[in-house]
Amino acid sequence: MDIGEVSRNTKILINGVPFAVEDVKFVKPGKGRAMYYLKLRNLFDSTTREQTYHSGDKVDEVRVSSSDMQYLYKEGDNYIFMDNETFEQHSVPKELLGTRSQFLKEGMAVTVSVMEGKVLEVTLPKFVELAVVRGAASTKTDTITAQSKMVELETGGILAVPPFVKEGDIVKVDTRTNTYVERVTTKK
Amino acid sequence: MAGDESLHLSRIKANLERRALIYDVIRAFFRREGFLEVETPLQVPAVAPEKYITPFTVNGRFLSTSPEMHMKRLLAAGYGKIFQICHCFRKSERGQLHNPEFTMLEWYRAGADYMQIIRDTERLVLALARKLRLGTKIHYQGRDIDLVSPWPRITVREAFLRAAGWDPFGRLDEERFDVDLVEKVIPSFAPDRPTVLMDYPVEMASLARLRTGTPPVAERAEVFIGGLELANAYSELTDAAEQERRFKQEIDSMALRGENKIAMPQRFLEAVARLPECGGNALGIDRLVMLFCDAASIDEVLAFPWDMA
Repeated sequence: MDIGEVSRNTKILINGVPFAVEDVKFVKPGKGRAMYYLKLRNLFDSTTREQTYHSGDKVDEVRVSSSDMQYLYKEGDNYIFMDNETFEQHSVPKELLGTRSQFLKEGMAVTVSVMEGKVLEVTLPKFVELAVVRGAASTKTDTITAQSKMVELETGGILAVPPFVKEGDIVKVDTRTNTYVERVTTKK
Repeated sequence: MAGDESLHLSRIKANLERRALIYDVIRAFFRREGFLEVETPLQVPAVAPEKYITPFTVNGRFLSTSPEMHMKRLLAAGYGKIFQICHCFRKSERGQLHNPEFTMLEWYRAGADYMQIIRDTERLVLALARKLRLGTKIHYQGRDIDLVSPWPRITVREAFLRAAGWDPFGRLDEERFDVDLVEKVIPSFAPDRPTVLMDYPVEMASLARLRTGTPPVAERAEVFIGGLELANAYSELTDAAEQERRFKQEIDSMALRGENKIAMPQRFLEAVARLPECGGNALGIDRLVMLFCDAASIDEVLAFPWDMA
C-alpha cells in the first residue's frame, strides 16, 4: 500500500517482521515532499521503534485477523487455545503471554490475533475472577507490608491483595496491570 | 460519535468566533487597499502540474488545488489588484497542520514584486493583531512572538549553509532539501520572530520569476511564524515559454514516478503571455487562525475536520 494510506493501527511488514503503526506524524512543506514519521510496535516482541517514510514510498500491509478462542490447557512451556469457530487448536509459547499466563484459567474466553496462521497476541478479558487458594504466599522478593500481602490464585498466579482477603475468597484481577481490583465473594 | 462531535464543537467555539473576525479584518484590509474580491471555480479541468501536490478527481474534473491559475487569468485580463478566500483540495495531506480540504487566502498585485507582497503580509498580520487587541505580540504554544516589521529575512542559501551545512545552489539534492528544510532549517529560525525565507533554487519554484545572477534565483519567499509555514509569495513568472518548459519538467518527473499524467494547462499558458509584471501570495488561513488562537492542531480551528466531516 502507499505510505499515504497508512494510519494508526495499520499493520505493516518490514523484513518479515510485523509492526503495528502506533502513530503517524505527517509533515510536508507546501511545495515539497511529504514525510511520514511512524512510531511502530513490533508485534513479536512489543519493542517500539521509529521509521521515516516519504511520499511515494510503498509498504507491505499485513492482514491480522482476530478470533475468539478459549484456553484449554498447558503443555510443557506452551499454552493450548482452541478457536471457537473452527475448533482449530493453537499452541502459544509462554514468552508470548508473559506475566498474563498466571491468570489463565481453563475454559477462559480470550481474543487471539493471528497473522498467516501464527499467533501474535493473546488478549485476556480485562477483568477475571479467580479463587485464592493459599494466603500469604511466600516469595523471595516481595515483602509483606501492612497495606498488602501476597496470595496464590487457583491459576498459580501470585497477587498482592489487602490483608482482609482470605483463602477461598474470589477476587477480581485487572489483567492489564496485574493488580487486585476487589473481593467478589468471601468464604463463609 | 455524536458526543465527540458536540464536545469538539463546543470546545472550539471561541476559535471559530475568532476565525470569523479574522475574515472580517482580512476583507476590510484588502478593500481599503483597493483590491477586488473574486471567486474562481473549485471544479476545474486542469491543475498546475506540481510534483508533490496531488489533486482529487471528480466527474472527470479536478478539485482545485490552488486558485493561482484562474487568478492570473484575471490579472492577464486587466484586473490589477485581486484577492480571494477559497477552499483548496490536496489529496492525502492530513496531519496536525494539514487537512485535505483547507482554506487559502490569495492576493495578487500588478506591478509588485515578491518583497512588496511580503510587506503586504507584514501589514496584514499586524492589522490582525491590532484588531484582535493583541498589540504587536502574540503568544503561541508557550512562546511570545514579536510581530513588529520588518520581519527578519534570510536567503535559502544562507539558511541551509548555516543550519544544514550545504549549499542548495551548489548541487541541488531535492529530496535532501525537503528533509533538511523540515528537520534542520525551520527549527533553526528564531522562535520569537517571524522569518522570511527567500530566493529559492529555480527547481523549487515552478511559477516564480527568475532573477539572473550567479547563481540565478527564483524570486520566491516563504513566511514562517511559530514554526508554521504560513505563506508563499512569488514575483510571478510572466514568460509563457519558460512557464511551459517548467511545467513540462514537472510533468516528466511525475511520469517517471509512475503517477497519473497531469495535462498541460493550456488556457493558463495563453494567459501567461499577457500577464503583467505582478506579485502574489498564498496564505494558509487555517494556520493563520491557529496562530491567533494558540491552537496546536488544525483540527482546533475547523468545525468539521476531515475525519469528522
